[in-house]
Amino acid sequence: MGIKERKMSKIIYADNAATTPVSPQVLQEMLPYFTENYGNASTVYSVGRGNRSAIAKARKQVADAIGAVDSEIYFTAGGSESDNWAVKGVAKKQAEKGKKHLITTKIEHHAILHTMEALEKEGFEVTYLPVDSCGLVTPQQVEAAIRPDTALVSVMYANNEIGTIEPIGEIGEVCRRHGVIFHTDAVQAVGSVEINVKEQNIDLLSMSGHKFNAPKGIGALYIRKGIQLINLIDGGSQEKGKRAGTENVPGIVGLGKAIELATSDIPAKAEKLKEMRDIVIRKALSLPKSRLNGHPENRLPGNANFCFEGIEGEGMLLKLDGLGICAASGSACTSASLDPSHVLLAIGLPHEIAHGSLRITFSDANTTEEAEFIGDRIIQVVTELRKMSPVWED
Amino acid sequence: MYSEKVMDHFMHPRNVGEVENANGIGTVGNATCGDIMKMYLRIENDVIEEVSFKTFGCGAAIATSSMATEMIKGRTVKDALNLTNKAVMEALDGLPPVKVHCSVLAEQAVKAALSDYYTKQGIDPLPIVGPVMNDVHEHDNLGE
Repeated sequence: MGIKERKMSKIIYADNAATTPVSPQVLQEMLPYFTENYGNASTVYSVGRGNRSAIAKARKQVADAIGAVDSEIYFTAGGSESDNWAVKGVAKKQAEKGKKHLITTKIEHHAILHTMEALEKEGFEVTYLPVDSCGLVTPQQVEAAIRPDTALVSVMYANNEIGTIEPIGEIGEVCRRHGVIFHTDAVQAVGSVEINVKEQNIDLLSMSGHKFNAPKGIGALYIRKGIQLINLIDGGSQEKGKRAGTENVPGIVGLGKAIELATSDIPAKAEKLKEMRDIVIRKALSLPKSRLNGHPENRLPGNANFCFEGIEGEGMLLKLDGLGICAASGSACTSASLDPSHVLLAIGLPHEIAHGSLRITFSDANTTEEAEFIGDRIIQVVTELRKMSPVWED
Repeated sequence: MYSEKVMDHFMHPRNVGEVENANGIGTVGNATCGDIMKMYLRIENDVIEEVSFKTFGCGAAIATSSMATEMIKGRTVKDALNLTNKAVMEALDGLPPVKVHCSVLAEQAVKAALSDYYTKQGIDPLPIVGPVMNDVHEHDNLGE
């Protein structure tokens, strides 16, 4: 029946924080590097010759998008590798000087949290800063946590679940003042908010191509000139000997083109995304016992995250899928664990409410008509599920 | 991830709601873990004349509740006592491993409702129904 219902309407993709499709323009740029210019970028013969300049162009595109210099951009296989490299690489380098304390937040992506846990097993000490009910951490909290032996502060630019944008520039200023290296996981922020690593005193920044219409399997780490970190992947001399492995030329070219497109007019794109986001928020919050998770203003322009009391998230996702809408939830039933999202728990939600979460994330490929449709269907689906819930009474 | 039968019972659940004049009502699960099933029975002359459910939970929790009510409707109390989570799962063409506990909950919900029925008749349910995994905390004040 689910299949039959799905056929009645077209698919509306509203899970852009999970991943995005490769845009046709990006794909066009990449295609020659699969079958024609396939040569290894380290070679001198004709099928590889153009590849070094293609990589250089992409490096410049990435650098320009975040206010960096191209020599500070290193290509990786994605956000998780960038996060692992930044945190492990800096921590282990700083440990040589006896600095074995790390600071992060409780709402980081698992690429950071699980990396921190791995370092704890190796003898590092980690401070996990709590966040307020909107998901914000303050520069004052960071400052108070800094110690003489602090090796690194890592705070995400924007949260992937609830969309809250952290005060990165202020935290960067605090870290710089105390001489502590500052990394930010900007996987969700690149292309949605304007970033300038110099003005914001960011020392390292992680990004992932597939969040902004580049393919999966390509990312980058910005490493400010002078910041030292050990290698995560040893081998050949690619990426100035800091990240071995034959360059993923099509991916790198795609990342360059995608970031150029994604950052070409962020204010206009953000306006469009906010309009769609706010339509869904207005409709969803017309339901009783519903709440918007994350900061009401300082949030990603395309992110809406809700909790609806009395129901469970997976049921919402299945029903929305039946209506042709792709969304996400932080409920335990969407994962193998019994606990709901660590982010929703960190902002103080009790388990039973956190189970009823729903995340809608827009891209500029969505329309306001789709936002209206999604908002109406959320009301319908929540109402249907509440009717069969033993903990809901009208 | 779900079979067509699970999706069918989730999208079009059978026997949802509350039975008027129910003489056996049982609730199992808890909201902290994300699953609560409430089962309503009206039993006459040892036959389950009416059955309904209300469930807070995932797709599998709703589908197993729905299937369990279908499997005991019009049947004898003895049949209902013999309902196993395995039978509910088989009737749904299987469940993903992480959702097997939903079928256990459905079996327990039926048992909890039958226990309530016996208790209301002044009969000790324990020798007949056995222990119920009645992991119900007081979360029923969640709604308005």
